[in-house]
Amino acid sequence: MTQHASPPRDNTDKVPSVGQPPSWRGLFARVDVRTLSLLGVLAALVLIGGITKPDEFLDTRNLQLVLTQASVIGVVTVGMTFVITSGGIDLSVGAIVALSSVWATTVATQEYGFAGILFTAVLVGVGCGLVNGLLIAYGGMVPFIATLAMLASARGLALQITDGKTQIVTISSVLDLGERDAYVLGVPPLVIVFAIVTVIGWLILNRTTFGRRTVAVGGNAEAARLAGIDVRRQRLYLYLLSGLCCGVAAFLLIILSGSGQNTNGNLYELDAIAAAIIGGTLLSGGRGTITGSVLGVLIFTTITNIFALNNLQSDVQQIAKGAIIVAAVLVQRRTASTT
Amino acid sequence: MAPEPPLLSMSGITKSFPGVRALDGVDLDVQAGEVHCLLGQNGAGKSTLIKVLSGAHQPDTGTIRWRGEEVTLRSPIAAMRLGIATIYQELDLVEHLSVAENVHLGHEPTAAGFVVRGKAARASTAQILKRLGHPEIDPARLVGELSAAQQQIVSMARALSHDVRLIVMDEPSAALDPDEVDNLFRIVGDLTAEGVAVVYISHRLEEIRRIGDRVTVLKDGRAVAGGLPAKTTPTREVVALMTGRNVEYVFPQRPASSPKGAPVLEVQGLARQGEFEPFDLEVQPGEIVGLAGLVGSGRSEILETIYGARRPTAGQVRVGGRALRPGSVRSAVRAGLGLAPEERKAQALLMLESVTRNVSVSSMSRFSRAGWIDRRAEAGAARAATRELSLRPDNPSAPVRTLSGGNQQKAVLARWLLRGCRVLLLDEPTRGVDVGARSELYAVVRRLADEGLAVLLVSSEVPEVLGLADRVLVLREGRVVHTAPARELDEHRVLDLVMEGSPAS
Repeated sequence: MTQHASPPRDNTDKVPSVGQPPSWRGLFARVDVRTLSLLGVLAALVLIGGITKPDEFLDTRNLQLVLTQASVIGVVTVGMTFVITSGGIDLSVGAIVALSSVWATTVATQEYGFAGILFTAVLVGVGCGLVNGLLIAYGGMVPFIATLAMLASARGLALQITDGKTQIVTISSVLDLGERDAYVLGVPPLVIVFAIVTVIGWLILNRTTFGRRTVAVGGNAEAARLAGIDVRRQRLYLYLLSGLCCGVAAFLLIILSGSGQNTNGNLYELDAIAAAIIGGTLLSGGRGTITGSVLGVLIFTTITNIFALNNLQSDVQQIAKGAIIVAAVLVQRRTASTT
Repeated sequence: MAPEPPLLSMSGITKSFPGVRALDGVDLDVQAGEVHCLLGQNGAGKSTLIKVLSGAHQPDTGTIRWRGEEVTLRSPIAAMRLGIATIYQELDLVEHLSVAENVHLGHEPTAAGFVVRGKAARASTAQILKRLGHPEIDPARLVGELSAAQQQIVSMARALSHDVRLIVMDEPSAALDPDEVDNLFRIVGDLTAEGVAVVYISHRLEEIRRIGDRVTVLKDGRAVAGGLPAKTTPTREVVALMTGRNVEYVFPQRPASSPKGAPVLEVQGLARQGEFEPFDLEVQPGEIVGLAGLVGSGRSEILETIYGARRPTAGQVRVGGRALRPGSVRSAVRAGLGLAPEERKAQALLMLESVTRNVSVSSMSRFSRAGWIDRRAEAGAARAATRELSLRPDNPSAPVRTLSGGNQQKAVLARWLLRGCRVLLLDEPTRGVDVGARSELYAVVRRLADEGLAVLLVSSEVPEVLGLADRVLVLREGRVVHTAPARELDEHRVLDLVMEGSPAS
């Protein structure tokens, strides 16, 4: 028997039965087959982009744009990954982003400047998450229904606030964050925020009791309850977390677009769920991977960009996205049945 | 008897699932026109056997002969085609369809191949219902509007809409009141008079006496008795076959001196309406107390109520003198209770996770600061706990689902050992545990008690309770009918008590 004095393997981000050849060391020993295959897909996409539009795709500005676009939906997807890992679903993320972005850009809010916008965006997101969480954890509602209701109401409220008009942001300190002058070593601030959210999300899911409880609740809620975990409180926190991510994403979107609109975040719920699923998070709960979710977001954003550069219509994009989701889930089923 | 082959002859049927051998060489012969009863405790293999018979499971080995010819039952449809119909305990009817639509589901009378002839379906359904003695059920009504008993009749009508020769009934009387049971028996009588064979599953012995011709008793995936005469075999013998040992388990030595000291678990007047009546109980550190009773006597309900997983309607539970908050698992766990539940996979284990994480899940605060987990400390502590119980394989990062039943149970025990619990509640600790691994598990439980743990043990296996416990409470229909030191009881005495409930002598 070998001594296992070293820290245990990180199972959350792994398919447990994946055999690891002893020759793999360092980085590769810690990366599982699924992550590798997602990286492979991403590399293939970059290759396709580089071949079809070598000048435009690999242009620094274009790559900055891709990453910036990925940042908004990426932050939402990190929150969604937690919710799905716990066996839930949050259909209201797009609507919460819309509501947060318009509430934070009203004339009244803008009087409070940068802090007012940031604070309002985050607070509205957390508030919506609180309502979701209370309805699901303590009201006994099915997550699908509770968040569907939130989707409808938050969108409606966003429309009511804006009356369908675009609210232009006039605070220069906010707008400046979207300018090239604000880039740090060529990296847009939005991307930095996304990176920070990703790292924090990964640490929470894989290294904290909160993450463990999330996985336990998703894997077997009854067992978690009988093991002494407060399942309801955990569920409340998870929807709060998702709402918080939506608030942060709304702030990023305000920077990116310089405005707040009630149509913001349209269909984000589908993009976030799809990214989490192709990343390897189980829709039935019990296993989640932040790394996979982020790669899923990058894959989708890159596809969109390549299609746009090649002047392909968005209908073709949608079909391609659908095909990728199907392919990813079929692969997932296969790996699940062989383990 | 005539040399005519039996209608159905299953021999040497084995079926394994990961970690447990559900059927281990079972033989079953059924004659045309007989009621053949299948008896056994939960987990004895009854449901696996009928799933093999109905084509839902494929056996690993063994042969099935149908009217003398060897057959393979590839699917429920294949079994249906031969004339084998199964009425499951959980009725598989579509509530939002009508009676006639349910009866003809999958073989609707059609015109031009696809247009359902509703009238014809209703007419033939009415005819079958009449044959079953229930002409009052309207074939056009929605199944969801019917009573449980009526739904069962519909289920039977569905079986009879095929040319059926063998009907398997899984606990058909469980949801029925006495009048309805009488009607059920009349139908069973009519069917057998027509030459249809019935495989009848129940653990109500008096029913088996009334309608059964022969009895096969299953235990631990084996047929411990095949084809006993149902009417004349003494009840005690049947129950002894169901609950008795067919392997000599080795039970650990009890400590020489009986445990002393203040009780760590005190139960006062605890009750749950409709499940069990008020009872008192004290368990001292180092003591193993057993609850013996048949299925439905309230054993598991009592454990789960003590643990806070069910809210009591009266009474209270104290641990170390402090009262627990009623209906709060967290309060119970904090006070030092630990539960190894009956349904390990559904109620205790995180099947996607490693052994380490299954063991550490209840003690995470011990390895974390401000929510941050020290994984080295966690792995070390989990390893120590699993080693202490000799969990195999000795690899805490192995996924828990790859473990055998006995080792999965050890993982659950390790969870509470690590938590430092003071009272361990064991619900059917050897359910799904291979026969060979049980003695080791008994030794583990006794050792934990010797180290000062109080143990409350529930088991449907009387020898297990008598062999392991120091003191035994006998339950019958939610009532504690007898309390005595295990030494003063024997299996026959306990069986008499659980069946007859005769007052304590």
